[in-house]
Amino acid sequence: MAEITLINLSILILFLPLIGFAVLLFFGKKFPKLYMFEVGIISLTFILTLVVLYAKLFMFPHNEIMYSFTWIDFGNTPIVGDLKIELGIEINNITVLMLFVVNLISMLVHIFSIAYMKGDKRYNRYFAYLGIFTFSMLGIVITHNLLMMYIFWELVGLSSYLLIGFWYEKKSASDAAKKAFLVNRVGDIGMFLGILILFTHYKTFTFDTIFYQISNGNLPFDSSAWLTAAGILIFMGAVGKSAQFPLHVWLPDAMEGPTPVSALIHAATMVAAGVYLCVKIFVLLTADAMLTIAIFGAVTSFVAATIAITQNDIKKVLAYSTVSQLGYMVMSVGIGAYAFAFFHLVTHAFFKACMFLGSGSVIHAMHHEQDIRQMGGLKKKLPITYITFLISTLAISGVPLTSGFLSKDGILAGTWAFGNLTGHYLIPILGFTVALLTAFYMFRLVILTFHGEPRNQEKFDHAHESPAVMKAPLIILSVLSIFVFYTPNPISPDAGWFLGDWVKTPTTVTPEETRFDFMIEHGESHGDSHGEIVHSTKYTEEMHHVHYPALGLSLLLAGLGILFAFILYQWRKIDPDKITDKIKPLYNFSLNKWYVDEAYDKTAIGGTLSFSRFMSWFDATIVDGIVNWSAYITQGFSYLSGLFDKFVVDGLVNFWAFFSGVIGFSFKKLQTGRVQTYIVLVVFSIVVLFFIF
Amino acid sequence: MNGFPILSLITFLPVVGMIIILFLKKEQANLIKYTTLVVTAVQLVFSIILLMNFDYSAAGVFEQGSFQFIDKFRWIEIKDISWLGTVKVDYFLGVDGLSVPMVLLTSLICLIATISSWNIPHSIKGYFALFLLLDCGMMGVFVALDFFLFYIFWELMLLPMYFLIGIWGGPRKEYAAIKFFLYTLLGSIFILLVMIGLYFSAHETLADGSKVFTFNLLALMDSANYTSDGILSPFNPGNLRFIAYIGLFIGFAIKIPMFPFHTWLPDAHVEAPTPISVILAGVLLKLGTYGILRISFPIFPEITRELAWYIALFGMINIIYGALVALAQKDFKKLIAYSSVSHMGYVLLGMASLSATGVNGAILQMFNHGTITAMLFLIVGVLYDRSHTRGLNDFGGLANQMPVYTGFVTVAFFAALGLPSLSGFISEALVFVGAFGSEEIRTLTIISTLGILLGAAYMLWTLQRIFFGKLNEKWNQLTDIDTREYIMFIPLTIIIIFLGVYPSAMLDIMNSSVNALVEFVSTGLSNVQLSGF
Repeated sequence: MAEITLINLSILILFLPLIGFAVLLFFGKKFPKLYMFEVGIISLTFILTLVVLYAKLFMFPHNEIMYSFTWIDFGNTPIVGDLKIELGIEINNITVLMLFVVNLISMLVHIFSIAYMKGDKRYNRYFAYLGIFTFSMLGIVITHNLLMMYIFWELVGLSSYLLIGFWYEKKSASDAAKKAFLVNRVGDIGMFLGILILFTHYKTFTFDTIFYQISNGNLPFDSSAWLTAAGILIFMGAVGKSAQFPLHVWLPDAMEGPTPVSALIHAATMVAAGVYLCVKIFVLLTADAMLTIAIFGAVTSFVAATIAITQNDIKKVLAYSTVSQLGYMVMSVGIGAYAFAFFHLVTHAFFKACMFLGSGSVIHAMHHEQDIRQMGGLKKKLPITYITFLISTLAISGVPLTSGFLSKDGILAGTWAFGNLTGHYLIPILGFTVALLTAFYMFRLVILTFHGEPRNQEKFDHAHESPAVMKAPLIILSVLSIFVFYTPNPISPDAGWFLGDWVKTPTTVTPEETRFDFMIEHGESHGDSHGEIVHSTKYTEEMHHVHYPALGLSLLLAGLGILFAFILYQWRKIDPDKITDKIKPLYNFSLNKWYVDEAYDKTAIGGTLSFSRFMSWFDATIVDGIVNWSAYITQGFSYLSGLFDKFVVDGLVNFWAFFSGVIGFSFKKLQTGRVQTYIVLVVFSIVVLFFIF
Repeated sequence: MNGFPILSLITFLPVVGMIIILFLKKEQANLIKYTTLVVTAVQLVFSIILLMNFDYSAAGVFEQGSFQFIDKFRWIEIKDISWLGTVKVDYFLGVDGLSVPMVLLTSLICLIATISSWNIPHSIKGYFALFLLLDCGMMGVFVALDFFLFYIFWELMLLPMYFLIGIWGGPRKEYAAIKFFLYTLLGSIFILLVMIGLYFSAHETLADGSKVFTFNLLALMDSANYTSDGILSPFNPGNLRFIAYIGLFIGFAIKIPMFPFHTWLPDAHVEAPTPISVILAGVLLKLGTYGILRISFPIFPEITRELAWYIALFGMINIIYGALVALAQKDFKKLIAYSSVSHMGYVLLGMASLSATGVNGAILQMFNHGTITAMLFLIVGVLYDRSHTRGLNDFGGLANQMPVYTGFVTVAFFAALGLPSLSGFISEALVFVGAFGSEEIRTLTIISTLGILLGAAYMLWTLQRIFFGKLNEKWNQLTDIDTREYIMFIPLTIIIIFLGVYPSAMLDIMNSSVNALVEFVSTGLSNVQLSGF
């Protein structure tokens, strides 16, 4: 297979879901069975993705395959010179792996939805939206430039808006959709400004060209501060899309959308796009930018985990867990553990999609009950759902033999190494605390949902295991949470093909003085023939050094978390209510999500609305008032001059008449009888008046 | 196309139509409507023929040789008036990359507005006659290259617009119409004064070698033509160019409308019948920004550079202020009117960047705002026709009642809030790219990006209030859009999507001219002493 075939196939993969969208949008009403067309399209897309994945990883493992075209040509512009805007695609190992993740989960969600959404009055419309989402997401994945990234970035925002608000008859759903879009826009503004900094200086949006320029010491506006600013601003986009604190507030609300959508968009793929963006721009991040990112990630993972432990809505727990895990990934980018960030993105995508679909299966069985206090004992009724959910939970808790253990352990070891190398110990402390909390709240969820006795007998009696189209995706996703797909050695991910062969940390291009000390290679380079190094020797040694202690500690914490969950909720050795009573303020703080939404309502949202009402008043009363008043004053003047005219001027009329007679005579010459002359004379009279007054 | 007076044809075809209509009887309502329809349709066809024969590489702007489809002859000539010498005014039409997009926009919007006028309730003959006269005036402004002629067309629009709002408008139509009229007239006075000042400051050399004062815009752009003592001559140390620039700018700014001269717009829009709102927002507002680009910028390049920051400042104010006020509106049409104020701010910001990307973005934004806002006003009209209310809080749940309508609304709203893949995004993005690139106005640009957020806020909130939630039972009789409305929406939707995906179709037309203009403005008259500050 030639590279060009790979490019063509990727373009086909990108556009197929768009065709599905268009067909369903226009013909969905006439043909109720048309959703099968979309499912077929997405399956075809997945098969093509497998081909591309295989070809890239095994036939061109080290090539970066690019294709670009000129979208806008400004020609030879003044000052700037030749200016073009190019769009295009880039296919590297990360791209194809991401394509695989997105298309696999998208396909499974399509299949799952066939049963889950059955009977919905906008059934075909739902599949159409899934199509446009998949298209937009794939666009983010295969872009080779920042502009296209931004374009598709906003388009996934649109699809997310449409799908969160899918049941728009509910006020809460349309509110959540609006909130998601607007909160994301806040981040997007930052991202856009970051892109503007880079474009203004480099006159290109293309990643590789920008990186190349930076590696040659050409910094934005010749200052590393601007480079840091660009990195942090672009990261703002990720703060929005990947629901990082303080813009995380939209994601829990986004659970108003259908549950398969939560699995696809708000757990596995779209929210991970922020991390993907960070991975894409990783090489231009300066130490300051990376530290900022790491802190955002660490704080997010901690805040979300503390909220997740008290939530009672099954989807809300999963949503906060997603936020927390995304925080892990972002933090991982920030500490320089690039490969683990992407690795965790992939493993998390599978196990979290599995959990969300599992929760969908539970909700489906419980007739749209989402409160875990109404559940319990469901493992008898939903055995497949239970087992798959349990496997995913083990993965997210970081229990050995799961994929989550591998990726999470790598991140935690990374934080520890980072702490040792830079002295920023806050990050590993938060990271390890979150590991404890995660294991605890996830097992709390599993126990309350599936174990024990049913707490709502009536709903329990009506519960039933889901049909095969819903079970199959669960099984596939949970199987993918086992270590064997990533590495043969369940303890060390580095030994496997995923991190050993496919995903490697690229060399940063920023000037040495802006890097972390540990990212500067002193002495001989450890780069392999493709210019890729796993950071510096110093970093590698430190990682090696802390690997086993970190592993031990994270296992201990995960074990403790699981143990606490069992003591509190399974064996009931301690009554959880008693504990919550003792720490009521803390409990309420967590239950109310740190009051972030309330704070926004009071400040940003309330402030903007009041200000806009004030502006509207100002506009109507002051600005327009001045206009109207000047009209009244003019009217007043004309009335006065009317009086003047009547009593003073009229008396002089005879004199004026005589005078004009004289004047008229002298101007007779100008009366040519031609209209044009008159026009000119009128104009000139005005001008004369102008110069007199 | 040599020798074929296509521009005169495009411009005066509506007048021909108007005359035909005046000869028709009042009762022949359908004939009147179809005459208008045919005239505007033929006008659009000619505009497209014009585009097909348009040479993309010729710059125009300040150089007569590279203007295209020129129609030029001596219109008024009075020889040897005592101390004035020869007075002459040319009939001078021509297009370049700055005007072709506007010609296309005008003919397109006029056609769609004609279709939208189909249900005008009374005095059909007068309505369509005035409508066509308005069409002629707008088109004339975009193609005139002689200041005098430009001014005549500029004034020509005023009268029909006044009557169209004042007779066929809503409850407060008299107030709105007179406000529009007086406000615009105030602007015209400024323009007139500057025009006359310029006239007495520059000479044009005629074919026979004699020098005469001139209204020729291209001659006025050439600094070699200025006399040493003209009141607006850059070479006169005591010139009044600075004040003249501000006056001219205010004259144009009223049309845009720029804060604080914008308050006629919400009133005019709310009272005007739907098709007139469409024309007002779709074309008329662009006359202001077009005037600045065509006249203020190249004739006063040195002052433009000096005041770029202030232009950007007002652009920023328009963007943020318009959006904030829009956010507080409870009347659908008023909200769209204020969104226009906000969106026209992008045009100002882009122009102020004095860069190729920014000015390209500004002109593209003029075109895109024309199509998007036309659609938005049509949308308001569709709802008002059926429900006779525009209160945003009176609705709810219409998505299920009028699904197709909702689909079009969604496209238009998302285009207005700048969603990539729809046309509004490209122009706003280019404006930001250009403006951010100018160090002088970078801070203002950064603040202006807030407009993207506010724009999304009021648009999405409106979408939610009207279309989502439970259906108010009061509206269960509302019907979805009919064929006529389809015909209005579909072409606009196609253009919005097409230019979102392939903006080069429009950018390539204007690119050479924009480059020439930017070059001219950033270097022109760089050696003169500024005075009058």
